[in-house]
Amino acid sequence: MLKQTEGSHAVAEAVALCRPEVICAYPISPQTHIVEGLGEMVKSGDLKDCEFINVESEFAAMSVAIGSSATGARTYTATASQGLLFMVEAVYNASGLGLPIVMTVANRAIGAPINIWNDHSDSLSQRDCGWIQLFAETNQEALDLHIQAFKLAEELSLPVMVCMDGFILTHAYERVDIPTQEQVDAFLPPYEPRQVLDPAEPVSIGAMVGPEAFMEVRYLAHAKQMQALERIPQMAEEFQAVFGRAIGGLTHSYRTDDADTIVIAMGSVLGTIKDVVDEMRDAGEKIGVLGITSFRPFPIAAVAAALKHCKRFVVLEKSLAVGSGGIVATDVRMAVTGMGLKGYTVVAGLGGRAITKKSLHALFAKAGRGELEPVTFLDLDWQVVNRQLERERQTRRSGPAAESMLRDVGTVASKIA
Amino acid sequence: MSLQPVKFYQTGTFTVGNRLLAPEERSVQANMQRTSSLNSGHRACQGCGEALGARYAIDAAMNATNRQLIAANATGCLEVFSTPYPETSWQIPWIHSLFGNAAAVATGIAAAIKVKKQKGQGGDVRVVAQGGDGGTTDIGFGCLSGMFERNDDVLYICYDNGGYMNTGVQRSSATPPAARTATTMPLGPEPGNVFDQGKFVPAIAMAHEIPYVATATVADLRDLEYKVTKAMGIRGARYIHILVPCPLGWGTASHDTIRMARLAKETGIFPVFEAEYGEVKSVLAIRRPLPVEEYLRPQKRYAHLFGKSPAVATIARIQALADKNIRKYRLQARQGEH
Repeated sequence: MLKQTEGSHAVAEAVALCRPEVICAYPISPQTHIVEGLGEMVKSGDLKDCEFINVESEFAAMSVAIGSSATGARTYTATASQGLLFMVEAVYNASGLGLPIVMTVANRAIGAPINIWNDHSDSLSQRDCGWIQLFAETNQEALDLHIQAFKLAEELSLPVMVCMDGFILTHAYERVDIPTQEQVDAFLPPYEPRQVLDPAEPVSIGAMVGPEAFMEVRYLAHAKQMQALERIPQMAEEFQAVFGRAIGGLTHSYRTDDADTIVIAMGSVLGTIKDVVDEMRDAGEKIGVLGITSFRPFPIAAVAAALKHCKRFVVLEKSLAVGSGGIVATDVRMAVTGMGLKGYTVVAGLGGRAITKKSLHALFAKAGRGELEPVTFLDLDWQVVNRQLERERQTRRSGPAAESMLRDVGTVASKIA
Repeated sequence: MSLQPVKFYQTGTFTVGNRLLAPEERSVQANMQRTSSLNSGHRACQGCGEALGARYAIDAAMNATNRQLIAANATGCLEVFSTPYPETSWQIPWIHSLFGNAAAVATGIAAAIKVKKQKGQGGDVRVVAQGGDGGTTDIGFGCLSGMFERNDDVLYICYDNGGYMNTGVQRSSATPPAARTATTMPLGPEPGNVFDQGKFVPAIAMAHEIPYVATATVADLRDLEYKVTKAMGIRGARYIHILVPCPLGWGTASHDTIRMARLAKETGIFPVFEAEYGEVKSVLAIRRPLPVEEYLRPQKRYAHLFGKSPAVATIARIQALADKNIRKYRLQARQGEH
C-alpha cells in the first residue's frame, strides 16, 4: 500500500509486519520515532504477542535482546550514536553467541563534541563487531531491508544492523510502499532457532573458550559472513519475486558502464551524488556511482568487478578513521589492490554538515583532472581550524577546543550554505 | 518465624536426620530425588561457599518449579568453575552473557517465555539470574535496578563473598570495612578497606518495593531453601542475597565456611531477614549476640587487626556496625523467643 509517511514510521510498520516477539526500547535521537511507533502498536493491541520493554540503558536493551533471542523469540531493538557505543560490549556478545537480533541504527555522529546530526561514525565504529551491516539509501530501502534482515539473521544465526541516515531518512516524509502481511509472511518464515534455552533440552550457552578452540569459533563468525555474501544477492531476488521491487543486494551501480570516474558511497547521500552525476553526464563527463549496501560483509569481489573498467575512484564517506583517513576507503582500496587505479578518499558530511551538489561538482571535476589530494575533507573551514591551531601554539592554557572554535564561528547555528 | 518445625533425630545435622522424616517434611537436599542442579566435578575451591549456596538455591528453585527453570549467570567464579567446557555442571538451561548484564538477560528470557506461553508455544518456565557481589552490587547494578523497577518476573540471587575473588580478591562495594583485599591492602594509617563506604543491596532492593527481598547464609541451608521456594511462588522481581564465605579471599580454612557464615549471622555482621514490598517481615533472630572478634579473628583478611597490639578502636567500630544491624533489623530474640 502506498503511503506518505515518516521514515521511522515506515520502519516501525515493516518491523511490526515481521511479527517481532520482544522489542527493547531506550530513547536516543534520531531513532526514537521507530520504537515510539512500535510501542504504540503493542499498546493498542495492533501488534499482538509482542513484549515491549522500556529498559534503563542501551546496554540493557541489547542484554534483554540477548536473553529473549536465546530463548527463541524474534527480537528487535533500535539505537544510534552514543547508544550504540554504550551497548558495545553486548553488541559483540550477541554476534559472538550467534543470536539473530535485528537492530536499526539511525546513523548519528559520536561525541565529543556532542552532536545529534547524521554521519556514519557510529555503525562504522562497529566495523569488526561481527554483525552484518546493511545501509539504506532511501526510506523504501530502509523499510524493505528490515524484512530481509530478519530472514538473513535467522538463516545464518547472526545479528543484523540496518543502518539508515539519522534525520535525513528517519525524519523525512516520503512516499513508501508498505507491504501486506501476506507478502511478508510468504517471504519470512517463523523463527527456528539454532540454539534455545529450553528446560526440555537443557543446554549451557556462553562457556569460556580457551586457546584450544577460540580461533576456530572466531573463524566460524567470518565463515558466516562469507555465507552472507552469497545469500544477500539471492535474498534480493527472492524479495523481488514476492514484493516486485529490486531492493538489497551487495552493491548498486549507476551509470558506471563506460565511466572513467566512479564515486563510491553509502546511504542517502547517494541520491545527491546521482543528481550530480546526471548533470555531469549531460555535460559529457564519463562518471558513475557505486552504492554499497552491504558494508559487512564487505563485497570485495563485487566492488572490484564494478571498478574494473574505470580509471579512478572517489570514496565519499561520512566517517573518519582518525589518524589514517577513510574507513570505507580502506576496504575499497583493498578490493582494488593491483588494479592500478587512482583512488581518492573524501571525508564529508561529518556531524550533519550538508553535502551540496555545488561542492560535489567541484570535487568530482577536481578528481577528474587528477588534482584531488589523496585524503580530502569536503568543505572544511580551514580558517577556523588554523585559528585554533595558532591559538594552541601561542597559549598553553588555550581552553576547550570545541568551545573556542564555536566562538570563532559565531552565532550561526550551523554551516548549511 | 520463617522455618517450619523440624524434628531432629540426630542433633547438629540437617540432612541425615531429614531422611528419617516423612518425604514432605524433608529438605530439598535430603530428598532422594533431589535435582542436583550443580553437578559434582565443577572446579570450585575446597570449601567454596558460593558453590554450596548455588546448589541449594538452584535445587530449591528447580524443585519449586517442577524443573521448569532457566538461569542467566553473570561472569565470575560461579560461571567459570561450573562450565569448564566440554564439561558443564548445570542440569538446567543456562546462559552466560557478560559480567554486568545478568539481570537484563533474565528479563529478556522472561519476556520471551511470556510471549511463547501466550502463543501456546511454551509452558510456565521460570527464570533465575545469579552473580557474585561484584556482578551485582557494582558492574551489574544498573541492569539489576532496571529489572527491579520494571518488576520483571525474575529471581535474582547474589552470592556475596565480599569481593572480586575470581580476579584475585579485589575490593567491591560489598567488601566490609577493614578487610584486606588486593586493592585495600593492610598498609598505612587505616589498613584494609575504608569505613563509611560500600552498600547493602538488600536495602536498596527493598527501596524498589519489589514483592520479595531476603538475605540468607550458607549456615542456615533450610532457611535458604525455604526463601528460594517462597520466592519462586511469587511473580515479579525478587531478590535473595546470600552470604557465601570464600576460603581463598577471606583466608579461612575450607572446613570453616559454614562456621564463618554462622558467626556472621550470630554477631549481627550480616542480618538475615525477609521483606515484602519494602517492609521487613521476619528475621532469623540471634539468641545471644557474639562479639565480632569471634568472627574477625579466624579470617586472615583481618589479621592486621590482631597483631602485637590489637586494633581495639577498629574492632570497636566494626562492633558498632554489628550492633546497629541488630537494632535496625531487630535481630536479638527477646526472652521466650527462639
